[in-house]
Amino acid sequence: MKIVVAIKQVPARDSLLKIGASGTRIEDADLAWEINEPDAYALEAALQLKEKAGGEAVVICAGPERAGQTIREALAKGADRAIHIEVAEGELADPLSLARVMARALAEEKPDLVLTGLQSDDLGYGQTGVILAEVLGLPHATLIMNVETEGAGIKVKRELEDGWFQNVEMPLPALLTIQSGATKLRYATLMGIKKAKTKEVRHVTAEELGGLSQTAVQVTRIYVPEKTKRSQVFDDPPKEAAAKLVEKLRFEARVI
Amino acid sequence: MSGILAILEQREGKLHKMALEAVAAAQQFGRELGEPVYAALAGAGADAAAEALAGYKLAKIHLVQHELTANYTPDGYAIAFRQLIAMHQPTYVVLPHTYQVRDFAPKLATAMDRVLVSDVVGHRVENGQLVMVRQMFQGKINADVRFAGDAPYFASIQAGAFRADNLEAGTTEIAVMTPELKPEQIRTKPLELFRESARAVDLTTADIIVSVGRGIKEAANIPLIQQLADALGGQLAASRPICDNGWLPMERQVGSSGQTVAPKMYLAVGISGAIQHLVGMKGARTIVAINKDPEAPIFEVADYGIVGDLFQVVPALIEALKK
Ligand SMILES: Cc1cc2nc3c(=O)[nH]c(=O)nc-3n(C[C@H](O)[C@H](O)[C@H](O)COP(=O)(O)OP(=O)(O)OC[C@H]3O[C@@H](n4cnc5c(N)ncnc54)[C@H](O)[C@@H]3O)c2cc1C
Ligand SMILES: Nc1ncnc2c1ncn2[C@@H]1O[C@H](COP(=O)(O)O)[C@@H](O)[C@H]1O
Repeated sequence: MKIVVAIKQVPARDSLLKIGASGTRIEDADLAWEINEPDAYALEAALQLKEKAGGEAVVICAGPERAGQTIREALAKGADRAIHIEVAEGELADPLSLARVMARALAEEKPDLVLTGLQSDDLGYGQTGVILAEVLGLPHATLIMNVETEGAGIKVKRELEDGWFQNVEMPLPALLTIQSGATKLRYATLMGIKKAKTKEVRHVTAEELGGLSQTAVQVTRIYVPEKTKRSQVFDDPPKEAAAKLVEKLRFEARVI
Repeated sequence: MSGILAILEQREGKLHKMALEAVAAAQQFGRELGEPVYAALAGAGADAAAEALAGYKLAKIHLVQHELTANYTPDGYAIAFRQLIAMHQPTYVVLPHTYQVRDFAPKLATAMDRVLVSDVVGHRVENGQLVMVRQMFQGKINADVRFAGDAPYFASIQAGAFRADNLEAGTTEIAVMTPELKPEQIRTKPLELFRESARAVDLTTADIIVSVGRGIKEAANIPLIQQLADALGGQLAASRPICDNGWLPMERQVGSSGQTVAPKMYLAVGISGAIQHLVGMKGARTIVAINKDPEAPIFEVADYGIVGDLFQVVPALIEALKK
């Protein structure tokens, strides 16, 4: 089975976010970066499927040069090769233009299965996978926790709200957006890290693939949301803050 | 092109709780833009849900009926709603940001060469057009988004962003719409819904819940939070990553995929307050947050909070409770 996995590099969790001078994007300069969490699960799902059914796992990532690090980590974990769509640092794109660029990069690939994360931790559209499926003309399913091959197709387990699940049968080729938490993630081995250096990374610019744009929707400004709730927040040293809180909970909120 | 179409969600005749919030959003947009508001429903049981919806002020309810949309599939819904939109040409299409909407709305918008603005938490009107406010970075940043190009403009509304308790009442006509659909257009086959094993822990009856998030860093530190829960006589719960990592069983997960709780007190320790967590606990009477980041979105719903390192604050709190 040939599996393509879309991975995105996002600011590391708990990053201190600063809004850049343009007012439309985050200042990248001092940030640390990591793979988007659900994408790590998508990669894991791909590697497990490959181990079971044989085949190839190809990662695709659109991002500036720094994204190369995230790609190398995926190769070290066991992906066979990669496509790096180079994007100018700070370029803004709507998810449709990104999906179109990704679809063009995959034109020759003819994968049996495309996996994406269900949502990116930074832009958080929660859409790129589904849009990519539509652009590629593939059936899709979202929030997937488990994938099994079944005859010529697959059976997937979808997460629904409030603790419900649903199995869905579908033909291949198909696209799935993967929810986090389904399995344990593997670490790269030393051997894997060594091997990754010899694996193929195809570089292609977003420009060459038609370019990114914000034609249908445009972000005009980003900002830290204004606080609307007046909470009583204590930032004294721990002992005093704890005493104040207990006092409030006992005599004001009367919950303890 | 005119009007606002709210595509709503129901299951077995019952409207999704976020459906009425989407109606509230649509009614508010309608008032501000001077446009009529329509609603649409599909799926088995949609007729009963439409009856319930008919008690609100809408220009019309479109009841999409076809045996191929009885069970939800993204193919069936995207094709059917695309036909409905083509027939009525609304300027705006508004949906609740549910898991089902995540599944089909981006496909529907793409098929019409549009981009859905997802996770909308606010709006304003500028030059007779809606400018949407959506969340990014898990609620830490907001973005103003303007629609460009031609209508229809698609937007999905985040849970809790619009209040469903002052909807305009009315009596609305229900019109049946039958889409053209062929079995071979539906490529996926949905099977029965199910739950994982019965829940051994019922958090919904707990008066006090102490919930732990990724700020706890590793499994070995969880007992600290258990001690706090014990000191308060409360139940231990968690955010998703804690359960994903297997540090606590999934039945203790609070949020859109886990349990929805409304205790007297909910104490969130090292939880950032992403919307998928908030929807599961913001009905609590008193919300307390302990977080090292004063900007963490959890403080937006908290009544009380301590900004600090939980590894210092929690032991101090356990001590203070003994007094
Ligand atoms: C479709 C979907 C469904 C989801 N369902 C759920 C769900 O049901 N439930 C759920 O919870 N999530 C759910 N999520 C995930 C959700 O979006 C968040 O990713 C998740 O809630 C984050 O968990 P967290 O707050 O524990 O971790 P983080 O967001 O990583 O936050 C950790 C917090 O700990 C603080 N912290 C770190 N160290 C310390 C310290 N030493 N002292 C004090 N504070 C510290 C940080 O400042 C930060 O605010 C879902 C997501 C999606 C897309
Ligand atoms: N720049 C990118 N490069 C590769 N994959 C991406 C990129 N942006 C989004 N994706 C994929 O699409 C998923 C959903 O992202 P989003 O629609 O931004 O929430 C992510 O989890 C990734 O799998």
